[in-house]
Amino acid sequence: MSVHIINEKCKGCTKCVKSCPFDALKMEEKLAVIQDNCTSCGICIEACTFDAIYKEAEDRKTKDLSAYTGVWVFAEQREGKLTPVVIELMGEGKKLADEVGTYLGAVLCGKGVDGLAQELIRYGADRVFYCEDDLLEPFTTDSYAIAISRAIEEYKPEIVLYGATHIGRDLAPRIAAKVNTGLTADCTKLEIDPEDKKLMQTRPAFGGNLMATIVCPDHRPQMSTVRPGVMAKAEYDPKRTGEVVRMSISIAPEDLRTRVRDVVKSLGETVSLTDAEFIVSGGKGIGGPEGFKLLRQLADKLGGSIGSSRACVDAGWIDHAYQVGQTGTTVKPKVYIACGISGAIQHLAGMQSSDTIIAINKNENAPIFGVADIGLVGDLYQIVPEIIAQLDE
Amino acid sequence: MKIIVCVKQVPDTNEVRIDPVKGTLIREGVPSILNPDDANALEAALQIKDELEDTTVTVLTMGPPQADVMLRECMAMGADKAVLLSDRAFAGADTWATSNTLAQAIRKLGGADIVFAGRQAIDGDTAQVGPQIATRLDMPQVTYVQDIKLEGDTAVVQRQLEDGYEVIEVRMPVLLTAVKELNTPRYMSISSIFDAYEKEITIWGLKNLGLGEGEVGLKASPTQVKRSFTPDPKGKGEVFTGQPKELVSKLLSQLREKHIV
Repeated sequence: MSVHIINEKCKGCTKCVKSCPFDALKMEEKLAVIQDNCTSCGICIEACTFDAIYKEAEDRKTKDLSAYTGVWVFAEQREGKLTPVVIELMGEGKKLADEVGTYLGAVLCGKGVDGLAQELIRYGADRVFYCEDDLLEPFTTDSYAIAISRAIEEYKPEIVLYGATHIGRDLAPRIAAKVNTGLTADCTKLEIDPEDKKLMQTRPAFGGNLMATIVCPDHRPQMSTVRPGVMAKAEYDPKRTGEVVRMSISIAPEDLRTRVRDVVKSLGETVSLTDAEFIVSGGKGIGGPEGFKLLRQLADKLGGSIGSSRACVDAGWIDHAYQVGQTGTTVKPKVYIACGISGAIQHLAGMQSSDTIIAINKNENAPIFGVADIGLVGDLYQIVPEIIAQLDE
Repeated sequence: MKIIVCVKQVPDTNEVRIDPVKGTLIREGVPSILNPDDANALEAALQIKDELEDTTVTVLTMGPPQADVMLRECMAMGADKAVLLSDRAFAGADTWATSNTLAQAIRKLGGADIVFAGRQAIDGDTAQVGPQIATRLDMPQVTYVQDIKLEGDTAVVQRQLEDGYEVIEVRMPVLLTAVKELNTPRYMSISSIFDAYEKEITIWGLKNLGLGEGEVGLKASPTQVKRSFTPDPKGKGEVFTGQPKELVSKLLSQLREKHIV
């Protein structure tokens, strides 16, 4: 699917050059020319009013993909607990498996985590592929990559989903290169193409300015990492039963080239933005680190958490763990209250699927009002205390 | 010590705006920059060079000929050599094909004790090319690196986690991906900018790398873009102005109506 220009139709209007997000088009002798850094995104095709640009389907060999069945979820666990995103992936995986007409599997690595296999079944897994070995605890990139690659080669799933956590984003690309397939990062939407039953993976790119739907037509498995906090959680059914497939994977000590010397937890409370129902978030407009004290009062009142825009984190007012947005955490609470946040696209990318968005800002032209359900123009230092007072009444 | 830093020239996505009428990206006037995380990766390499004699730092990129400007910036910061992989055949590469091309160039450069990359590039945000280069070179990897100490032939690094960090020990050769907390990239000096323009940039195409057309670019990419679009803006809600007391009572009555509070 590469993009080409029909020179006879090109009028030299430069619309395509301006439309290209990647600066991959230039004018040469009044004709548009596509350069090496073209990503075949196709934005220019829509921009061209003369039908002078088209996408050509590559002549690809069709391989036999029928041997691959099942939708798998990587059951990431830390210290014997499933990472919250796994429950979301089980929910999404079940939906995809039903649409394709196949089973839902989970691939679990560790030592002595049999209980988690049952938990995965209760969250909807039909089959749990359990790789147990002394060297699979704690997580190391090498040991997990070996175990999961072997599981994939032996049981041939057609789709594998990973949480886009620090572990998932470290591990999944390594597995993709090992088993020779594609991987789409940080997906926010997954669908099955009703015609060919292939996975359509939609993700933000370009700082959230552009969405792209990616397919993996002739390699298997189709693999995605999925942003935490985006998909709906699976239901827990304590009576559900399923099959546990124990895989004996012997990993040699010399296979592990990294050694975890120590794990250091960050001081202070652990921030669980993805679980919070109410988030009171502060931006540059709060003026300084002490502004978060006021926001916390409101958050405590509502039983929620505080959050932050990138500007406050960069200014050193608050820890990165609180950052909402493209390079922080994606959240979708019941209520998101943006205080003194102007609403840069990168921030919006991380919170715009919240159920209700409330914006408080002095500047009535702030972009945040464009996504807010309720906007209040005014000084947050007057409005927030007033909310607290009126909630008390 | 031999260090190769993989870098990428990217549009400064912070400068990108959406045309409010057409809903399309306004790309005009958006500068191309050295990807921010890659600048941290380069700085880490240069700090090792400051400490250890006989260290060479080579910057490596795949991109269009215009990427040479960024490579000269890297040399002006202190990199010794620069290699640009540029060929029409590399176009449309996904992370599989990109890592295949970069890994082959690293082999051709004779490998390295440390290969650095940024955690991710701001135009794609995939964070996949680093780990995939490591896989192809059969090197261990540590991603999200926020601190590095070298102890002989071993690197002791801090790997950032969501709620803290791990201290990881790894024998070189190794591939490390840098996050912004790792360091503050240095500026170019005036004299080094002049020097950087005197230096040669090595340019390699497909033939120089000894790869076939089916091993690079779009043809070697398992994933393909089916469709790109600008996200729909959410419908505009109500915006109120007035005295704080009235504003808040309007807000709370709406929230109570929806049974939110």
